[in-house]
Amino acid sequence: MDQVTTTPLRSAVGAEGAVWFAATNAVPRVESEIQLRSILASLSGVDAVGAEARAAKLATRSIKRASKLAALDLAISMVDLTTLEGADTPGRIASLCAKAARPDPNDHAVPAVAAVCVYPDLVASAKRFLGDAPVAVASVATAFPSGRASLSVKLADVAEAVAAGADEVDMVIDRGAFLSGRLGQVFDEIVAVKSACGSAHLKVILETGELVTYDNVRRASWLAMLAGADFIKTSTGKVPVAATPPVALVMLEAARDFAESTGEVVGVKLAGGIRSAKDAIRYLVIVNETAGSAWLTPERFRFGASSLLNDLLMQRLKQRRGAYVRPDEFSGD
Amino acid sequence: MNDQQLDQSRLGGFAYDPAPESASLARLADQYGLFIDGAFTDPAAHQQFATLNPATAQPLASVAHAGPADVERAVVAARRAFDGGWSTMPGSERAKYLYRIARIIQERARELAVVETLDNGKPIRETRDIDVPLAAAYFFYYAGWADKLDYAGFGPAPQPLGVAGQIIPWNFPLLMAAWKLAPALAAGNTCVLKPAETTPLSALVLADILVQAELPPGVVNILTGDGATGAALVEHPGVDKIAFTGSTEVGRLIQQRLGERGTHLTLELGGKGANIVFEDAPIDEMIEGVIDGIFFNQGHVCCAGSRLLVQESIADEVVRRLLRRVEQLRVGDPLDKNTDVGAINSAAQLARIEELTRAGEAEGATRHASSCALPAEGYWFAPTVFTDVAQSHRIAREEIFGPVLSVLSFRTPEEAVAKANNTNYGLACGVWSEKGSRTLWVAQRLRAGVIWANTYNRFDPTSPFGGVRESGFGREGGRHGLEAYLDV
Repeated sequence: MDQVTTTPLRSAVGAEGAVWFAATNAVPRVESEIQLRSILASLSGVDAVGAEARAAKLATRSIKRASKLAALDLAISMVDLTTLEGADTPGRIASLCAKAARPDPNDHAVPAVAAVCVYPDLVASAKRFLGDAPVAVASVATAFPSGRASLSVKLADVAEAVAAGADEVDMVIDRGAFLSGRLGQVFDEIVAVKSACGSAHLKVILETGELVTYDNVRRASWLAMLAGADFIKTSTGKVPVAATPPVALVMLEAARDFAESTGEVVGVKLAGGIRSAKDAIRYLVIVNETAGSAWLTPERFRFGASSLLNDLLMQRLKQRRGAYVRPDEFSGD
Repeated sequence: MNDQQLDQSRLGGFAYDPAPESASLARLADQYGLFIDGAFTDPAAHQQFATLNPATAQPLASVAHAGPADVERAVVAARRAFDGGWSTMPGSERAKYLYRIARIIQERARELAVVETLDNGKPIRETRDIDVPLAAAYFFYYAGWADKLDYAGFGPAPQPLGVAGQIIPWNFPLLMAAWKLAPALAAGNTCVLKPAETTPLSALVLADILVQAELPPGVVNILTGDGATGAALVEHPGVDKIAFTGSTEVGRLIQQRLGERGTHLTLELGGKGANIVFEDAPIDEMIEGVIDGIFFNQGHVCCAGSRLLVQESIADEVVRRLLRRVEQLRVGDPLDKNTDVGAINSAAQLARIEELTRAGEAEGATRHASSCALPAEGYWFAPTVFTDVAQSHRIAREEIFGPVLSVLSFRTPEEAVAKANNTNYGLACGVWSEKGSRTLWVAQRLRAGVIWANTYNRFDPTSPFGGVRESGFGREGGRHGLEAYLDV
């Protein structure tokens, strides 16, 4: 049989196989909690067995050779290099920023990561260390990671991060409010934070490990997108269950369907527990076959991670040299 | 950041480089004999025929053609083995052989997967993840029954039937061999197995596994050949039981012949399964299930969900998503690990699919075929969906046994049930709804042996499988599957 040679990232399918976005921006204006409820109630349910089976099936894709190299570079460019520890210091942020701007000092072909992600008080340091490197500064805010504070405290948190120069804000939703059915409160908080963000992009963390069911993940995704999120994000990384392939699948389906019905393309960020290049490539396959090419860019898809970057670098070098190098070949952070 | 608005997003736009499994893992011989009385022997008439790789139409190996004299030898060997100890051996001893066979299938899983993919044309992902692991699972499952037959619900000490003639189809060659052999052996029968003409190779590897497992000679005999070989087996007076999986036409002929003799018979025949989709179905998982229901194994599945009955209120949305998903299916080299849909098994089957789809268009249905590129050599058919299908169209009534889905709509649950049951077949149906009470209401009224709820094409050794009406009778799998091989 003739082997079809492929060029990574080329269009493999015709228009029939595409997701078409609504031509006019038509995000419904949510004016009441009743209306919000009726929109969320109109969403299709998720069959947990089927969603998990689909994610498992996509995990069997075998990504080799040129497509693997392209996927590794793409994944590197999508990393939000993250440190969210009580022990973070300006010195640690400096080395994180150096790593973010030039992940492999020996190879200038390696792209910079998308952003560094830090606590609000370290945003100014990160901005200073990054200088004019093409790396954004993202800050968690809104009483991260629990989200347990009054709205005014959360908004002050956001304002501080934005004032210090944050390009992106990662907020957490009030999971307690969501689970007890106070959807309007969750919605209003996102709207308020979005407005406090100004020109900074807003990523809304659903903390899917605490929402537990896929139905909740789908509804929370739509709620956040209706409220103006630029990104929906899985997790804080601070609870035991973080990003999983079926959760990524459900969120990407939500982003795809939202773009189809409103014309608004919302990004998806996976965070927590993604440590290996193999996992990252599996997630890219889910993006590729669920939402498609519009999300295969750092503008629309991110990995929030810390140790993932070094595995991506190691696999990249292995693909080029044909053999693994020592982990110590790469800087710790 | 770039805020450029895209008007579309290409699905599958990130192309995957070929990731082929190595064909050499199959370790195929140039020529194979017949497996009779524990050893490979030449057929009496020294006739051979070629088995092809349907993905290339090139020959893979030369296989023996068993004639009446070979059938006679095989049945005599099976009888000798039956009388010589297999039927009276303690169940726990028979179980040891079955466990051993299951473990060797697992050990040689990669080889078996490649052999099956080469000979059948189905994707390596399916042989690797479904056919071979399930074949091992059926042997493991029935090994467990071998010493518990007294407790299977058929009274104390149920007796085996004797020599079982087993004729299996080309769509799941190894798995069907496991479905037939495992319960028969567990119950104490001996077997003469006739694999399909176009897919004999995995059964011959299985023969090698039986030797490796030191199964006593004659307990299982494997005769390759064509319809004439199968007919000679059915006609043989020394056979106590015939188990056949295949077309309804051949099943009807077998039943006529055996009706005169009173030989035990079970038939697993064709189907025209309906997937019934209600407006509250979990839509993403439903689309996957419908796709899997018809394009799994190129639609060469007797229980394939070849009719989609969708509630009119969501029909347009479902068809739109379905066509988008069909366009995403990766059709091509079956050995590529990323292939979703492989080759049609034979030129004859391809001709039948082409004939029926032409009839569909002629009768007024609208054809939507994937725009995928098809390889120049071999037997290929692009995944196809027909809309504007009427209940009276041939594509809604006849089994196509290919990657072709017919979409019909309904308005009420009563209408869905009436349409689903309006067929001569009765093998399998699927019901998609998030409302359990409605699923149960519909399932109770469907005339089919298997009903799946919010899934399709799920198989498990513990679950009985089989049809009603022209889809056959008798059950395979589970406790029920033992009944076909016990004198009860």
